[in-house]
Amino acid sequence: MTAEPSTAQHLFDGVPFEPGAAKNDPILVADGVRRAFGGLVAVDVDHLEVQRGAITALIGPNGAGKTTFFNLLTNFDEPDTGSRLFEGNDLAGVSAYKVANLGMVRTFQLTKSLSKMTVIDNMCLGGTGQTGESFFKALFPFLWRRQEAEITERADALLERFKLSHMRDEFAGTLSGGQRKLLEMARALMVKPNMVMLDEPMAGVNPALKQSLLDHVKGLRDEGMTVLFVEHDMDMVQEISDWVVVMAEGRIIAEGPPESIASNQAVIDAYLGAHHDSALDLEAD
Amino acid sequence: MDWGAIIQNSFRGFIGEPFIYFSLAAMGLNMHYGYTGLLNFGQAVFMAAGAYGLSMAVVTLGLNFWWGLLLGIVVFPLLLALIMGVPTLRLRADYLAIVTIAASEMFRIIARSPSLDRWTGSSDGLTAFANTFYDFNPFDKQKRYFFGLFIGNQMWVVLIGWIVLSIVVLIVWMTMRSPWGRVLRAIREDEDAARSLGKNAYWFKMQSLMIGGMFGALGGMFRAIGTQSAQPQNFITDVTFFAWVALILGGAAKVGGPIAGAAILYGILNFTDVFLRQLVENGYVPESVMDGTQVGQVRFMLIGLGLILLAIYRPQGIFGTKEEMALDDR
Ligand SMILES: Nc1ncnc2c1ncn2[C@@H]1O[C@H](COP(=O)(O)OP(=O)(O)OP(=O)(O)O)[C@@H](O)[C@H]1O
Ligand SMILES: [Mg+2]
Repeated sequence: MTAEPSTAQHLFDGVPFEPGAAKNDPILVADGVRRAFGGLVAVDVDHLEVQRGAITALIGPNGAGKTTFFNLLTNFDEPDTGSRLFEGNDLAGVSAYKVANLGMVRTFQLTKSLSKMTVIDNMCLGGTGQTGESFFKALFPFLWRRQEAEITERADALLERFKLSHMRDEFAGTLSGGQRKLLEMARALMVKPNMVMLDEPMAGVNPALKQSLLDHVKGLRDEGMTVLFVEHDMDMVQEISDWVVVMAEGRIIAEGPPESIASNQAVIDAYLGAHHDSALDLEAD
Repeated sequence: MDWGAIIQNSFRGFIGEPFIYFSLAAMGLNMHYGYTGLLNFGQAVFMAAGAYGLSMAVVTLGLNFWWGLLLGIVVFPLLLALIMGVPTLRLRADYLAIVTIAASEMFRIIARSPSLDRWTGSSDGLTAFANTFYDFNPFDKQKRYFFGLFIGNQMWVVLIGWIVLSIVVLIVWMTMRSPWGRVLRAIREDEDAARSLGKNAYWFKMQSLMIGGMFGALGGMFRAIGTQSAQPQNFITDVTFFAWVALILGGAAKVGGPIAGAAILYGILNFTDVFLRQLVENGYVPESVMDGTQVGQVRFMLIGLGLILLAIYRPQGIFGTKEEMALDDR
């Protein structure tokens, strides 16, 4: 697969290729974030800045702490120490739902499709600021019917894009594993976030559709959305990311544009064990 | 065999007072469990809140009936929901279950303690607090109405009960088709998913607890009004489980489920009561198998058997859908 040149790399002009590098316009800043489970230190990140308007990939071997780090950034889990700033807001003590309302929405590695709700209901749930979500206003449909129609229209457009239209009125519990991944990603976009955090969004998605969704994600970036995603598929990382952050054993060990990562000795050591001296073939599988 | 009496009694169970109390209580549980996934094993305490809210307002505090309604339908249940919900709704579902069981038993035991006689009337409870309600009774106290099923005062209770029940059904039906209901269902399916989409799961669960609790309070209040008495024994844990039986029988997360369940439950209870009694009286069942005083117990055994069969052959309840049920296993 030939990697198209990314279009947002200019945002990283002058940023050094080193862990913890300061970005030109960071949307999210994590500092000294540490989380231990008993004796196991799952995340110990000295400093990370995520560039606004770019697609950043977070890669690393299994168990590196990527998902845990996601949980800490979105307040689904509390760090033992450290601070997170999103668009200048300190996230300490902020509920997870408020983080979403601030404009940072995440998906889950283990999908959370709402089984006994239809696909379209799953989607519409993502709409923010819904008048009909007040109990009293819910009793007067004329107060929210128009907004509901708008939300439904947007949901249908996204379903079309994610090739789920034919499942629109089925229970989400009847979807296949890959379809659930798609639904979850589409649902997150219903929130109209400034930043999406996708935990292995393409796991189990067929290659043809993957290609179309990658284009969609790039489109979102071009509209100004910031994307941070975890992915093991190096083709995808190479193709759409503007910047790659590598985690291993809870720490960030390398940062840089995708081209610089494959030959980075620390990354090779992390993936293949120390003292391996050939360049990591990130193109193959 | 007096088939007329059998049919009449069954029909009365189907639509009469207990049907109303338990429909309302089960509608509340449906809000909690069916739509939001909250495990409330103490619906009796919400029912007691309705009964004691009214009766204490009138008898103990000397307020008028209308203040009693406000206290019983709104103030007491909301306070209860806050007391039980604030510490538990941030935690896993089991904690609410434990707290509701405990609260409902605590309330009952406290209410019957002799030292509180001045407030709650202890085990005798409070009586004669609903005179205002019966003052508005347009029916003749001496006459029978509705196919001769109800005498005047009963007819009045049942009529208002049906009206209130219809309003509650309408509220549930409307809200469950709205974005508000969609959030509740999402919380039932996966709270974290709802949170990740910006929904304040804690507050929605609290609302559900409050509103379902108010439905329960209405049920308890009708029970108190119908008998003009509020007693601790009316709110033992069995009451909670009757409401659960009605919900499971009818089918959770279906608007009409609790009503159908309560109707069938009390229809069957009344039918078996009269039917078995007549069998005994007419000598179809020998005394050695069952005598007249045992009929009461035997009919509950039959209900239990029926529930077991239901669990085996139709676990989704009468109105539930099998397809939906099957999604749990995927
Ligand atoms: N709730 C938890 N309790 C105990 N240990 C945990 C918990 N969550 C994660 N861990 C541990 O933290 C480490 C990092 O896990 P995490 O899920 O963040 O890895 P990951 O980088 O997302 O891996 P993968 O690529 O396989 O998804 C693992 O060793 C894991 O066992
Ligand atoms: Mg992970």
